[in-house]
Amino acid sequence: MSEHDEHDENMEREHRTPVSFSGLSADDPRLQPAAKNPHTVEMVISITFVVGTILTAGFGAAYWVNAKPWILGATMGGGLLFLGIGLVAWGKYLMPRGPFVEERHTLANSEADRNAFAAAIVERGGSVVKRRKMLAGLLGGGLGIFSVVAMFPLIRSLGPLPKGTLFHTDWRKGSYAVDQTGRRVSVGDLAVGSIVTVFPEGKQNTDRGQAVDQTVLIRVSNERFTTQKGRETWAPMGYVAYSKLCTHLGCPVGLYEQQLQLLVCPCHQSMFNVTNGAVPQFGPAPRPLPQLPLYIDSAGFIRAQADYDQPVGPGFWERS
Amino acid sequence: MSDVTVPTNKRAQREALGPYGKIGKTLGELDDRLGVAKGGRTFMDKIFPDHWSFMLGEIALYSFVILMVTGIYLTFYFVPSSAIVTYHGAYLPLDGQKVTQAFASTVDLSFKVRGGLLMRQMHHWACDIFVGSLVVHMARVFFTGAFRKPRELNWTIGLTLLILAIGNGFLGYSLPDDLVSGTGIRIAYSIMESIPLVGTYLAFFVFGGNFPGTAVIPRFFILHVLIVPLIILGLVGAHLFLLVRQKHTQFPGPGRTEKNVVGSPMFPIFMAKTTGFLFIVGGITALLGAFAQINPIWQFGPYDASRISYAVQPDFYMGFLDGALRIWPSWTFHSFGHTIPFEVFIPAVILPGIIFNLAYVWPMIERKFTGDNEIHNLLDRPRDRPKRTAAGVAMFALLAMLFIASSTDVIANFFHISLNMVLLDMRILCILAPFVAYPITYKICKEMQGFHGAGKRKTHNIVTRTTEGEYIAIPTPAYDEDAHHELVATPVPTYIEETPEVPAESGVRTVER
Repeated sequence: MSEHDEHDENMEREHRTPVSFSGLSADDPRLQPAAKNPHTVEMVISITFVVGTILTAGFGAAYWVNAKPWILGATMGGGLLFLGIGLVAWGKYLMPRGPFVEERHTLANSEADRNAFAAAIVERGGSVVKRRKMLAGLLGGGLGIFSVVAMFPLIRSLGPLPKGTLFHTDWRKGSYAVDQTGRRVSVGDLAVGSIVTVFPEGKQNTDRGQAVDQTVLIRVSNERFTTQKGRETWAPMGYVAYSKLCTHLGCPVGLYEQQLQLLVCPCHQSMFNVTNGAVPQFGPAPRPLPQLPLYIDSAGFIRAQADYDQPVGPGFWERS
Repeated sequence: MSDVTVPTNKRAQREALGPYGKIGKTLGELDDRLGVAKGGRTFMDKIFPDHWSFMLGEIALYSFVILMVTGIYLTFYFVPSSAIVTYHGAYLPLDGQKVTQAFASTVDLSFKVRGGLLMRQMHHWACDIFVGSLVVHMARVFFTGAFRKPRELNWTIGLTLLILAIGNGFLGYSLPDDLVSGTGIRIAYSIMESIPLVGTYLAFFVFGGNFPGTAVIPRFFILHVLIVPLIILGLVGAHLFLLVRQKHTQFPGPGRTEKNVVGSPMFPIFMAKTTGFLFIVGGITALLGAFAQINPIWQFGPYDASRISYAVQPDFYMGFLDGALRIWPSWTFHSFGHTIPFEVFIPAVILPGIIFNLAYVWPMIERKFTGDNEIHNLLDRPRDRPKRTAAGVAMFALLAMLFIASSTDVIANFFHISLNMVLLDMRILCILAPFVAYPITYKICKEMQGFHGAGKRKTHNIVTRTTEGEYIAIPTPAYDEDAHHELVATPVPTYIEETPEVPAESGVRTVER
């Protein structure tokens, strides 16, 4: 753009927006661009616009031919970036450098206006309510009750009540322990130091089976194993079973540290000692993992003596 | 033909249109119907102060725009259903697996839909940028005292926006129903359960029954794509309305007073810059989406409540919560036939409750302690309010420690140190960090107050040697922008006629905080 054109443009701007910059002559320094050499800047911005346009067009082409995602992203991102940088530079370096000022107006109104507003509400409203106290009370009561009652169907329909569901799992007396594929686990399946996740038979592929009944079965020795007093019969042939739900936040306790005989929760690193009834040894978990009493039937399958003797998973108010 | 004279030549046509041509004519027609001329002029003249830190809120706004655009794209292909399907799609390693429709459709929209993966990654990155920029923007507002009267309401709205953004980020992260997000939902369920008295009911009503159920994905979906974004949109509108109504704050400087705003007008300067900035934010998000993989759910696999993955972290804005859950001791309470899981309830409910409520009431606290009920339009320099600055830094120090604590296992693994040690250290650091950060920040602020020229760019000295062999250092003048000179700002004439007000004795009231 030549000197002449630029001058014309300034004149034109002056002419078209006389209000904003009134009182300034066209050669006022505050109307001049911030850049020292606007022509160079203009050229650089032109280049960014051209590159941005080419990349944007490239994005269209890349989309057309179904190019790889990174090519789509690179062309679109590059295009936007170049156009954006050019536009910011235009605003920053080629537009009137200012600074311009705007006066603030106090938001607060005059005392008289404020009083009139308050009077409108207090006096008018007050007199209406005072004269019809009973009506106001009845309406208030009705609306109040409505707002409470309206919440009932809204909230109550969202789900069933917890009732006893949190206290029991699907393990029953005689439930076969099966692995994820549904195969029954028998006494010869695990070597000492091995672990498998088991479910009560029939529940291995259900949401509830996976979320609630999941149990880790660990073989800690070759003979009957006692984790705690009173649980002498619970771990026949060294097969110990614990709920896999961490008592902290319910993540599956999926890591087994074989040498230290620890079950570790990968979420928040609670550690449970397998040998003493999964008492938490470290981390934020407050309670031992519940132990599932097992027996081995005549065919050699691992089965549950009963359900867990306490709720599995994290704590809640109703839990005793 | 009608009686109306039709201008025949171009010149006459132009004259008929008036001095501002077709645009002027169109605006005139608009003004006839809507009466927009006055307000529009005022809006075009609105002054935006030039300071880089005012751009942080723009990043938040524009990343929200990107979230909406990419999010709309994703809703066309995502199926919010927990129904089980056998996967036969573009990603062969998963072929034949039983997965939920939510998971299958997310994998398919990543691999089958043209541009789908890019949009998904951009959406995820934009979310992280959104929350991150909100935090930084709020830090700017906090440390410069921009929340003070008359802007307390906008502080409240902004904080609500942050909470909604974090919440909606979590909802969206949960939707693909992959192994990592499923574990996140499981933890959220347990946190709800931990609330005394109503916890189990709350969890059952949100999830439509016992965990996991099939209701949660469609419910989270409608919250994530409609309800929460609508609230966010409304609050963003309110936020911007208040910003225009109350006008911007500005840093003190030559020519700047409590009674004016100095900067660039809306049109064309600010509009060019801010539109360009929208493109830049979009461009960077697209480049991140193109080159930085995020949340590759096909590598995690579908959610199965009995499986888990190791060393996975949630998005960064959940880090402080996860960290708090990791390091909080296993204190639980049970008695009278009831259990209160303090080991979850305190770090996951009480702690964020305290942090956010503290932020909500901070303007009130400060007003109470300083007795300062003035209108403030000029910003504080953080060092001039050492107590506030120190309090803010102490809070960020705590949050930073909690955030680091969310990767105790990774730290222990990486540095080959005992996990127990890391946990213990993080507990100590979380308690210590705020108490160390406060006095240090306070002292730095005080020192900076006394140090003349702090915060200004240093200019070089020219060292010359005299003929006698003596060296003299002559400082060069300060940079133009840093120098204290009288700024002659150009007044933009106002439309609203007002009686001139008597200026207050002093614009700024200095209060020790």
